[in-house]
Amino acid sequence: MIGYLKEIFSGTWSLFVGLGITIKYFFKPVVTVQYPREVLPMTPRFRGHIELTRDPETGGDKCIVCGMCQKACPSNCITVVGDKVEGAKKKALSRYILDFTKCSLCGLCVESCPADAITFSKDYNLAGPSREAYIFDLKKRLEERKG
Amino acid sequence: MSVHPEVIRLLIFLVGIIAFAALNAAYLVWLERKEAGHIQRRIGPKEVGPFGLLQPLADGIKLMTKQLIVPAGVDPVLFRIAPILVMIPAIMGFVTIPFSETLVARNLDIGLLAVFAFASVNVLGLLMGAWGSRNKYAVISAARVVSQNVAYEIPMLVTVVSLVMVSHTMNLTKIVGQQLGGFWHWNIFNFAASPLMPVAFLIFFVCMLAETNRAPFDMAEAESELIAGAFTEYPGMGFGVFFMAEYANIVIGCSMATILFLGGWDCPFGLYPGVHWFLLKMYFLIFTVIWIRWTYPRTTFYGLLNLSWKILIPISFVNLLLTSAMLKVF
Amino acid sequence: MSAFAQTQLKETFVINLGPQHPATHGVLRVKLVMDGEYIVEAEPVLGYIHRMHEKMGENRTWAQFMPNTGRMDYLHALAYNHGYVTVVERAAGIEVPERAEYIRVITAELNRISSHLLWFGAFVLDLGGFTPLLYAFDDREQILDLLESVTGSRLTYSYFRFGGVYNDIDENFVPGALAFIKRLRERLPMYHALVTKNVILRTRLEDIGFITPEMCRKYGATGPVARGSGINFDVRKHEPYSVYPEFNFDIPVYPKGDSMARYMVRMDEIEQSMRIVEQAIAKLPDGPVMAPKAPKILKPAKGDYYHAVETARGSFGIRVVSDGTNTPYRLKLRSPTFSNLSLFGEACQGMLLPDALALMGSLDLVIPEIDR
Repeated sequence: MIGYLKEIFSGTWSLFVGLGITIKYFFKPVVTVQYPREVLPMTPRFRGHIELTRDPETGGDKCIVCGMCQKACPSNCITVVGDKVEGAKKKALSRYILDFTKCSLCGLCVESCPADAITFSKDYNLAGPSREAYIFDLKKRLEERKG
Repeated sequence: MSVHPEVIRLLIFLVGIIAFAALNAAYLVWLERKEAGHIQRRIGPKEVGPFGLLQPLADGIKLMTKQLIVPAGVDPVLFRIAPILVMIPAIMGFVTIPFSETLVARNLDIGLLAVFAFASVNVLGLLMGAWGSRNKYAVISAARVVSQNVAYEIPMLVTVVSLVMVSHTMNLTKIVGQQLGGFWHWNIFNFAASPLMPVAFLIFFVCMLAETNRAPFDMAEAESELIAGAFTEYPGMGFGVFFMAEYANIVIGCSMATILFLGGWDCPFGLYPGVHWFLLKMYFLIFTVIWIRWTYPRTTFYGLLNLSWKILIPISFVNLLLTSAMLKVF
Repeated sequence: MSAFAQTQLKETFVINLGPQHPATHGVLRVKLVMDGEYIVEAEPVLGYIHRMHEKMGENRTWAQFMPNTGRMDYLHALAYNHGYVTVVERAAGIEVPERAEYIRVITAELNRISSHLLWFGAFVLDLGGFTPLLYAFDDREQILDLLESVTGSRLTYSYFRFGGVYNDIDENFVPGALAFIKRLRERLPMYHALVTKNVILRTRLEDIGFITPEMCRKYGATGPVARGSGINFDVRKHEPYSVYPEFNFDIPVYPKGDSMARYMVRMDEIEQSMRIVEQAIAKLPDGPVMAPKAPKILKPAKGDYYHAVETARGSFGIRVVSDGTNTPYRLKLRSPTFSNLSLFGEACQGMLLPDALALMGSLDLVIPEIDR
């Protein structure tokens, strides 16, 4: 009988303890970020989709069209097209196609690049009307991008 | 030909009650979401209107504009009648509830009995809706609703009987009338009648949670087990009506707890009794109901049966015996 | 089996729990033969999210398979990364710098805590309590922030490389991790007061959902499921890998075998993981984080290699067969929840539906890892 009453008391007490905890949090400030209104900065190492880096001297890309990133990619989402430039030994990048629908953001391409020509963008707000909207030409993006 | 003033008064009250029930249902959802949000350290609805206050309106429009699908193979009569059968008794329950000394639609001498009678019909409606919707989850839910009904009605009514013995009446206005004059007159602190009165209040409150299918006793709806239980197949406003009835039942349950135990419209310090005190106590109890929902996990129906037969019923009978003994002695 | 179910009533019916059901956490389908609310028979139906990871491994270079490992068990991705890089390093004979191994252990253990926290929340959600989930997410978010600043990703990290790790930790990581451990130490008593001691939860978990040690052996269950049945087996202790032998930590074992035992094992493991992280941070050596001689194009010697790691859900074994080319000849992944789920059919016989779902929650299922 005493055990029975004890059980009831301890059980009921545990319920009141729970209520005490939740009401304490009820009066504490919220911890969520109101996303579209507030935006957190991305960490420096954040891996978004890839982007060509700008060569500070020429203002163009740094790509040497070696095709390493294309080979490293597990999902075959990178196509690098280069043209022969008259007078120069190296090829010059004409198109850098990233099929972002297939990309798994692993970062192997950036690691494999010998010329530091690609980097991760901090862009995570991606929305588009069709699949084709995610087939990026990074060369064109670089030209359109300021700074 | 003149209309009897009583008819006009009743009509006004009826419209008022329906409006009160619907408004409560809409804004209790808002309160629930807001309260749940802050308990979980988020904000809750905030985009629609200031503080998300227009959210219920948006929800209502969404529910009402949805197509009312009657799934193939359901029992057409039961499926359609069930939401109405849940909603009507919920509104009928309001008729005898005295919000203040004068603010009562029908001051019946058996008011207490009427409220509990109407409250029980709710189970029938849920059972019919669940059975009629030809869904296995809903049928399991129907069985749970009935076993739940058996579990909570006995201790609840035994507790109420002990209260009736104390107050010698089933008229709700008179029950409140006896508790006027400060919180030490309230039934919950009526230690002269039975030293177990606060426990009786707890039992009543727990049973009220079970009656309204609220967490931790929401086995009938149990989303992580039965999808939505009895409401699984209901689209749009069919579901909306069940939802409104659930909140109306919460309001009735909390009103009854206020009337029976917390002195109704009485002010705890004997100053300015009135409808505001009633509403304050009622909304505090509703706040507690929501608070409980967002704190505990769900019980199982055999857990509720164990709780009922092993704990609630023995204690409520002890309370009943104590009350009758005390009444005889003093 | 309960007496009621033993009556073998003919009037049973079949319920399809899933593939879209709130309690299955993904696309798992369980076919239940029910007698009222008692389960007569249960059969998990798998394969709704099968992605052929093993076959994919045969078509990619060794390095290219790396991102796949994190996508099997997305809740403890780093342990899967760890298992894969370790077995390939063994095959290719790459020496890993000590600092890299320490960083691997620290991040993997933090990831284990985050996985257990998410399980804790999701399990209580299965039982109908919503609020603990968001409290657990609040803590988990701190870990994700830490790991994001180091690895650049919040869920599928792909952080480890053959011969080390991708990037050294930044200067904010160590103080951040220590601050997090301090914070979680303060929060754990709250979880126990709010959830573990709650009488409703106890009645739902205690003495319900028994899994016997025999059943674990029969189906090959590992991890907290086996440890909750009294089997003292943890790969980190019994087949030590990486730098785990350097640390002093306990393996929580609860012999009872009910749902509560599995719950307690995981809650205690959070504490043990915090101990490991603390010790690893204290001992963290200086040095490079990448083996200097790690080859760019990997061609491991011919042979057959197996390695197991302890993930949050149990022992994850990975077997690779190399034929000396730059792609694996065969990859076999032994995922822990596949075995843990297999015993569900036997364990839940004669149970009530809500108890069976509590049992299923206590197995900590991650469906993409079952199907692979």
